[in-house]
Amino acid sequence: MAEFSTSVKTAGEVNIIYLKGYLDAHTAPVLENTFSNLIDKGDYSLVVNFKDLNYISSAGLGVFMAFIEKIRDNKGDIKLSSMSDKVFNIFDLLGFPLLYEIFKTEDEAINKFKEIKKLEDQ
Amino acid sequence: MKTNNNKIKEKELIVKSKTNNLSEIRDFVYAAASDAGISADVIENIILAVDEACTNIIKHAYKSFPEGEIIIKIKYSDKKFTIVIIDHGAPFKPETIPDPDLQKYYLQHRIGGLGMYLMKSLMDEVKYVSVPGKYNQVMLSKNLNVSH
Repeated sequence: MAEFSTSVKTAGEVNIIYLKGYLDAHTAPVLENTFSNLIDKGDYSLVVNFKDLNYISSAGLGVFMAFIEKIRDNKGDIKLSSMSDKVFNIFDLLGFPLLYEIFKTEDEAINKFKEIKKLEDQ
Repeated sequence: MKTNNNKIKEKELIVKSKTNNLSEIRDFVYAAASDAGISADVIENIILAVDEACTNIIKHAYKSFPEGEIIIKIKYSDKKFTIVIIDHGAPFKPETIPDPDLQKYYLQHRIGGLGMYLMKSLMDEVKYVSVPGKYNQVMLSKNLNVSH
């Protein structure tokens, strides 16, 4: 059976979700739960780090679509980081870069949230 | 056609229509595609296309009924790698599935058609045959030896 897990780290007002393993139709509910738990707590500034993700199918991509509108309605966002070329190619093929900001590193994604916060505080 | 330097190999896997069998399906495709000498990048694309086809069968043809059968037949030579996937679930009309429109999905909170779009993008040929009340068949193929 495919192994997939998520872990969450908090960095100030941003939460980082780390994906590990194989994200397919069988394991997608694990990621759905992770998003649901964060949203229930009112955490809407999310970075998803793909560094340890080996595989993604459209069922996994669908999870991002399921939560993005609610998150943006609450002034948050899902920013993606650290994808392998292989995973990025699948996102790209389906046109996801039009809807999501994808960063090379986790820090760049976190900094984007900080910049927005700074502008709002001014 | 069988010739000495173009030997055809065949492999078959039958699994129940459960998503926890997807990893076994991927391993099965990986083993055959590796044996066929296909490059790692192309193997990954073939694996994803087969995963998408089987996920669609589990969710739509069998509507998540876990006891349906999925029959996966792989046939390959040094020229072509072909996967035929058969199910006995609800009849499928591929022409009714539009290409995905992410902007529309964004507003509708739902997503669908991505799998079929990926299959068509990643493979050279995707062909459906549906005999209502009997079976659905999808054939995915990739041409090898594209140097000429």
